[in-house]
Parts: sequence; C-alpha cells; structure tokens
Amino acid sequence: MKAKQKILVAMSGGVDSSVAAGLLQNEGFEVTGVTLKLWGGPSDTGCCSVSDVTDARRVADSLGIEHHVFNFGDEFEDNVVAPYVRSHAKGLTPNPCIECNRHLKFDKLIRRAHALGFDLIATGHHARIVEHNNGLRIARGADISKDQSYVLHMLSQSQLRQLKLPLGEMTKTEVRKIAASLNLRVADKPDSQDVCFISNVKGSRKKFLEQRIELTPAKVLDKNDRTVGEVESIEMVTIGQRKGLGLSGQGAPKYAVEIDAEKATVTVGEKSDLYCSTTEIKDLSWTDATYPTPVEVQTSAHGRTASAIVTSTVEWVKPHMKVAPGQSLVFYDGDVVVGSAIAE
Amino acid sequence: MNEKIIYLDNAASTPIRPEAIDAMTTVLSDCYGNPSGAHKMAREARRLIDDARDTLSHGLGCDPKEVIFTAGGTEADNLAIFGTQGSRDGTILASATDHHAVIAPVEQLGGQFIQVDENGLLDLDHLTHLLDENVALVSVGLVNGETGIIQNLETMAEIVRSKAPKALIHTDAVQAFPWLDVASLTQSADLISIAGHKFGSPKGVGALVVRNGIEISPMQLGGGQELGIRSGTQNTAAIVAMAAAADVTVKNRKVTVERVAKMRDELADSLQKIPQSYETGVQVHNGTADRSHKIAGSCHFCFEGIESEALLFMLEQKNILASAASSCSSGAQDPSHVLAAMGYSRNLAGGSLRLSLGHSTTWEDVDIAMKVVPKFIESLRKTGS
Repeated sequence: MKAKQKILVAMSGGVDSSVAAGLLQNEGFEVTGVTLKLWGGPSDTGCCSVSDVTDARRVADSLGIEHHVFNFGDEFEDNVVAPYVRSHAKGLTPNPCIECNRHLKFDKLIRRAHALGFDLIATGHHARIVEHNNGLRIARGADISKDQSYVLHMLSQSQLRQLKLPLGEMTKTEVRKIAASLNLRVADKPDSQDVCFISNVKGSRKKFLEQRIELTPAKVLDKNDRTVGEVESIEMVTIGQRKGLGLSGQGAPKYAVEIDAEKATVTVGEKSDLYCSTTEIKDLSWTDATYPTPVEVQTSAHGRTASAIVTSTVEWVKPHMKVAPGQSLVFYDGDVVVGSAIAE
Repeated sequence: MNEKIIYLDNAASTPIRPEAIDAMTTVLSDCYGNPSGAHKMAREARRLIDDARDTLSHGLGCDPKEVIFTAGGTEADNLAIFGTQGSRDGTILASATDHHAVIAPVEQLGGQFIQVDENGLLDLDHLTHLLDENVALVSVGLVNGETGIIQNLETMAEIVRSKAPKALIHTDAVQAFPWLDVASLTQSADLISIAGHKFGSPKGVGALVVRNGIEISPMQLGGGQELGIRSGTQNTAAIVAMAAAADVTVKNRKVTVERVAKMRDELADSLQKIPQSYETGVQVHNGTADRSHKIAGSCHFCFEGIESEALLFMLEQKNILASAASSCSSGAQDPSHVLAAMGYSRNLAGGSLRLSLGHSTTWEDVDIAMKVVPKFIESLRKTGS
C-alpha cells in the first residue's frame, strides 16, 4: 500500500481553511494543521489572534488531526508590515495580503513544510490550480464573489506543484454547508476582512501609521494649483478618495486624482478626472511567451476586469479609473492568471 | 498518548509524583468539607492544610505562619509585587530576565529592570546604580526558567540592604525548588514564590512566603482566608498534594541532583560538539564546561542556523518533548526576552533548545536525545529552514 501523502494545511481558524483541512482528510491525506502567528496585540483582527488560534486548534481537534502554531512574527514584520509602512510613507497604496502570500504562506511556510518532511501544503483560498500551456497556473475560484486568484498571482511553478487549494471548485455557500455537515464549530463564523494587523475600528490605520512614521500634513490643490484645503496626513490619502479631504460642502464632489508625497500635495478633481487611458507600470511579468491582446486586467482584490493592451505600459481599451501607485495589476486569459505588474 | 514519551520539558511542568496523587485522591473522595467551616469534616480539611503548611515551611526554611497558599506561581508573583505596591510607596526593580509573571506587573507599575551580563548573572553595578532610598521592592528570580542560571541572592541582598534599607526583597523560586536548598538560599528574601507543578504536584497551586512582620495588601478580598492575604476557599486537595510532593522532593533532592547532573553533563557535553552551538551561561575551560551556575536539570543551547520551532517539531515526531523559550498563550514560541537581555542576537536566540531534565528522567531518555538532536540540527541546517 502506498504511504499516505503528508500535507500541512494553513489553518487560520476561519471556515474556509477548516473545511479545506476536512476535505483533504476525507481525500486520504495525512493532514496536519498549522496556524501562523504573524502578529499580536490589541490590533490583531486577522488570522493570528489567540482566539483564532483557539478556533483552529479546536477544529483540528474535532477532525482528529495534529495542530501546531508557527511563530513567523519576525518575517511578517520584515516582509509585510515594514514594507506596508514604507509604501504609505511614499504615498503608495500597498497590498499587504499579496506580500504575506509571497513571503510567508508560500515561501517561508513551504520551506518549513519541506524541512519537516511534508509532501504538500494547502490553504483555504478560493482559487484553482489549472494546467495551461504545459504549465500550472492560478485560475479564478468557482465562487466569483469570493475569488482570491488576484492575491495568489505571484505563485511560481514550483510553489504551485507543492500546493493544493481544495476549495477552488466550491461556492462559499457550499463551503459553509460542508462545515456544518462536518460539525465544525466555525461553520457560521463571519469572513475576515481588511488588513489583519490593523483593527477595524475607525481611525485605526492612522493610529497604526502614526506609531511608526511621522505623518505629513498636505495641501489640497485644485487642477489650477490653487489651495482649496488641507489634510492631516498625505500618507492616508488614496487615489479616488472622496471623503476626508476636508472639502465637504464645496460644490460638486471632488476626488483625489493625484498625490505627490514629495511636495506634500493632493490634487483633487471631478470624477471624470479619475479616468485615464494609460497606466504606467513596473515589475511586469508573464507566465507565457505569448498572451492575449488585449488582455483582461484586474486592479484590486475584488474588482472587475477591463481590457487593455499591455506593453511596457498598460493602454486601456476604454478610459479606466486611475490605479493607485503600488497596487498590483493582474492579467487574465479567461479565468487564468497569465501575468502581473505593479502600478507606478 | 500511550506511546513511550521522552519527556525533557520539566522546567515547563513535571510528572505528578505518586505521593501527591495518593494524598490528593484521598482528600477528593473523603474530605470535601470547606476548610473554613466548623463541623468535623471542615476541621479535618483545615487540619490537612495546616499540616501541609508545616511540611512546606520545612522546605522553605520559614515559619508555617509565613506560608500563604495561592493558585500557582503567577499569582504568588503578582501578589508579592502588587501587594507591596499597595502597602508602601516607592519604585520597583526586577531582573530583566525574570518570568513574565514578574515582568508584566513591574512594567505595569512603571518599575525598572536590572540588566544581566552575557552569562545571565545580575549586573551588580547596574543594580547599585538603580538603587536609592525610594526603592520599595527588588525582585530577582533565584533560578531562570529558560536557562537554568542561578543568581546569588545573598550578594544581591547585601547591596540592596545597604543602598535601599526600606526595600523588600522578593524572589521567584519557582524553578529553584526541585534543585536547590531554597531554605538556606532565600534567607535574605522577604517574599518567596513557589509553584507546585514544577516539583511533582498538580497545576494550579503554589505559595508565597511572606516573612512575619512584612505587610502586604491582598489582591482579592473575601472571606479572609490565608491570614486575610489571599481570600478564597482553599483548594485542599491541591495544597495537600503540593506538600506531599515538596516532602519527597526535599528528602530526595541530594540524590536526584547528583543523578540528574551526571545525565545532564553527558547530554550537554555531547551537544557542545555540534558546530556553532552555544550553551547558555556556561564557560568552557580547557575542554571542561563549568556548569556551577546552572541547576542540574537544565540543558539549554542556542544553535546557529536553525529555528527552534522546526527542531521541536522534528523532536516531537520522535516523541521527544522539549521547548525553546517560554510559550505564549497561543502555543507559539515567542522570541526569548531572557536571551535578548543576555545579549544574544535575535537570530541565534531563535535557534534555542531547552532540554529540561527532572526527577523521572532516565539514561535511556538522555541517550535518545543525544543521538537525535545533532542529526536533526544537521538536517535542518541543510534544508535551510
């Protein structure tokens, strides 16, 4: 008889990864659960608070699998939190979930799993791993409203070979049904949201950044460079932002259309000024030598796609909402991720 | 957990001694009266607690009236620190390497921390520098929980008495009790904490020695049990079990220490041979390691180029149970504040391993650990995780 394959499942204490562990166990894998302790303290709302570790452990107990906690706090600080703060300081809009996946879940954890004798790792992400042009690719999950392919776009061939995503073909409703049928205590637990190391309470992001960098007050300018207002910190402003610019009651709604961190200015304009025909990019990469033109481009975790011709810049087929510098652009061929870049 | 376990985590908790289980089960089944009550079963419970107090006082070198039972070591430490704060003004000093049960209350009260040297011993110059007449309490653990390093309380106390005559001295002797003659080594302390589960009793019971004439404020108010210092119905069974365990521990201590020290030395000598390994608080002269500042049960190393978590995981697959630094409430290994205070880099501290031996450790346990640990370290260094 062939020995069971050993798989390490990253369990956040939420319903998705709990069900993933249960499904893999039913498929005949030798499953071990692990919760990553990435952060701590009062602002911990995400996958690493003590209460979530408890949920993960109790789910593992009820499935009858081993559960461990790995403390990747230092790596999280170095690769996710510090770059997040640095990006904000430069007036960029970072996506810490992507960096966490890149450095923690699919690098550090895979290396650790390998060192400990596991054959594979698994997560509860809503995305699929598919064969495409003789290689493995990340593709959208069956539940489009929960699809997480955007934050997994960076996975390499070797990472994909060592990874299983058991929820890829399922809707969230199905996942919750399975959780209930497995009698998992987290079946009705709400989905996690936002940045896990910053509390959901209003004003928390500012508080968090204040502890790490000096926030810079900025002038708010109109399109003719006339000062029309002030903001407390330029680091808190994102392209497209309307609220919190101190302009309420001044005629038609104004949106942040340009941020200049060096000059400490935010330029506001009409909604129409938010649209552009070109987006400058860096770190462009493709999974294949050839790719569709135009290609479908997604610019945020749960956003819609738009068609664009990608060369050394992204030329939108129809005018597109400006992409905040620092955000990832992910390119799709149908459901399949075929490339990515970062907005400049 | 029926398979053979190689338990090398005695600094975290110990197997319960049969004497403690016997004493405890008798109380649980036959003597459930409330020790504060008036009838004969209550009086019997009270008598058992007072007997336990007598027994424990022998091991602690104190008057029975000085023993205040608590629900463990953390409570004893908190009671010593907050209790002092409630009864007298002044600042608080503690060793930077003390247990979190000391560090956290001292931090909350705005106290200061005394540095240690690279061998984990208290920096007496820094202590002298921090002391003045305003100091109300100095808390220094007798034995460090992670490294097993022993502090010289007498020397420390002399300095405190001369520079801060009004200050009380507290020592967390939780890790010391199984290995050292706590009765004689803590004579200079006003307050002494112990915890039963470090020497063969169940968890959830401990004691604070409060010397006669020393006033501290209670942290919890109620029926006035334990001389009004610790209200709450006493846990008769656990107290009796702790006294039984203390009795055996003290009677066997000399023999246990000699036997365990031999095993520890052989284990530690073999781990010294691993390249880039550092035995904390130990200096090697002419090929001989001086472990005189360490308790017999402690074998604590830092290995370069590995991560404790991965090593512990692999050891567990071979049923060897050990730890690295103190564990946090989530069960993850937290970076060690003790090694940081000793000047170890975060990287090196991240490769720490604490193999802590105890009264039940056998040569077979040690032999297996000696074989397996170097192999796993080599393998982890190869895979680079």
